[in-house]
Amino acid sequence: MTDLSWIDPLLSAARPQAMGALLRYFRDLDTAEEAFQEACLRAVRRWPVNGPPRDPAAWLILVGRNYALDEVRRRSRHESLPDEAAISHTEDAEMEMAERLDNSHYRDDILRLLFVCCHPELPVTQQIALALRIVSGLTVKEIARAFLVSESAMEQRITRAKRRIAAADVPFEAPGPQARAERVATVSAMIYLLFNEGYAASGGESHVRAALCEEAIRLARLLLRLFPGEPEVMGLTALLLLQHARLDARLDASGNIVLLEDQDRGLWNREMIAEGLVLTEKALRHGRPGPYQVQAAIAAVHAQAARPEDTAWAEIDRLYAMLETMQPSPVVTLNRAVAVAKLRGPEAALQMIEPLAAKLSGYFHFFGVKGALLMQLDRPDEARVAFDKAIALANTPAEAAHIRMHIERLLERHAARSAPPSAAAQATTALPTGRGSAG
Amino acid sequence: MLYSVLIYASEAVAAARSRQDDEALLARHLALQRELAAEGRLGAVVRLMPTTTATTVRGTNQSMVIDGPFIETKEQLLGLYLVECATLEEAIETARRIGQCCRTPDSGALEIRPVSWSRLDVPRGEAP
Repeated sequence: MTDLSWIDPLLSAARPQAMGALLRYFRDLDTAEEAFQEACLRAVRRWPVNGPPRDPAAWLILVGRNYALDEVRRRSRHESLPDEAAISHTEDAEMEMAERLDNSHYRDDILRLLFVCCHPELPVTQQIALALRIVSGLTVKEIARAFLVSESAMEQRITRAKRRIAAADVPFEAPGPQARAERVATVSAMIYLLFNEGYAASGGESHVRAALCEEAIRLARLLLRLFPGEPEVMGLTALLLLQHARLDARLDASGNIVLLEDQDRGLWNREMIAEGLVLTEKALRHGRPGPYQVQAAIAAVHAQAARPEDTAWAEIDRLYAMLETMQPSPVVTLNRAVAVAKLRGPEAALQMIEPLAAKLSGYFHFFGVKGALLMQLDRPDEARVAFDKAIALANTPAEAAHIRMHIERLLERHAARSAPPSAAAQATTALPTGRGSAG
Repeated sequence: MLYSVLIYASEAVAAARSRQDDEALLARHLALQRELAAEGRLGAVVRLMPTTTATTVRGTNQSMVIDGPFIETKEQLLGLYLVECATLEEAIETARRIGQCCRTPDSGALEIRPVSWSRLDVPRGEAP
């Protein structure tokens, strides 16, 4: 076989379990990583010859562990390693044993691997970068590109993060139920932030950002395979799938943001939506709703509307109200206001968001929504002020361009004022009716 | 006789495939499906969602509803073909053709199970 592309997915799929076990043995991220790298190099040499092992993760764990142990011995004795042929021979002899490697720890191993990346002392961006490097196995170059920093800066960031973890106290004993649940919640939060990093597009090339979303979905599915009965993990996975399903519809050909209600719903990924809906329903059956499940349910309502006007806004309002009690936040209220605008009109929505002004004074979407509501209420001067603030706070050129489009419409409308009434009426019906955030 | 060819492989490996590789794999399957349909032998093709979407109902009175697949295995049932084959020999040959679309030199396997009887009036299946 000359085409070796089949090996990569095998190595990637085995990575979390193998790295998790190696971290448990060596209690050191660098040693575990080095051992895994070496095991992968040997896999690439041996698997095309002997065929892949029945349990790639067990193979990599064993070979990686032996390599690292030899390495420790060699360093302590200042001796050289036995030659390659001798090692390869032991590898094959020990494959039998690899089949019998204790698999009972693997769930906690993978969870620990994810969890060490989320150490509370690490800033969120470092947590995400570390998880992408350690768990997903992305190269430093790939991660640097996603975060728009130089490769050396990212290298430094990851090295610093590892050093902090090495200095911190990482619990290696198997966690109790309470501690395990806490770890799942911490890891879920990191996966959610990773997805947002890709979704919100706070800069960078769009395909790079999409790769971050895909990686987040991969990690969510990994966590769900470990905890198949955990409703919040189902909710998280569902939420990410339902949001990512809209990827191709969210930007137009020239890279402009397309609002949810203006999106071509034929571009939505039906397979992802179907999976997201199944997971949402499965989660809600448990009767233990949480923030991810409710957000997934909101995304599910949007996904099920064939046309924007079919959206069940009352249901969305009810779900946001639920989310407000679970996770009170001005951003949640802002989103609820969009549903309220649909149900009870822009005046009610504006009243709802006005108390948020102080807390959201630095939030792009607040001024986007406010401007749109003021436009609907025919208060163009105040709308203009809100839109100008939004532009000043925009995170990406696409966000700024989107608001400029609103302003242009505002100016057209202003110009239409002096034109015959029919033209003015036309301009008014063309106005967007809400939702300042991208769909 | 109608045979089912059940495709087993690691869904973790399937999830680790790049998007291009996944699209190439789908294209190979669609080409094979056109061939089998032209031969008048294709019954149905099913691609299953990941086992994380599975729910298992078990117990004598089916009162227990469990999240996840029936059994935890290293390989999962990812999908299946129903194909008309004159002999087992032909079914094996067909399974090999399906295997070439999957290209799984890893732990994947194809199980050939003759169909006792079937009803193929599927209400709504979404074509890829």
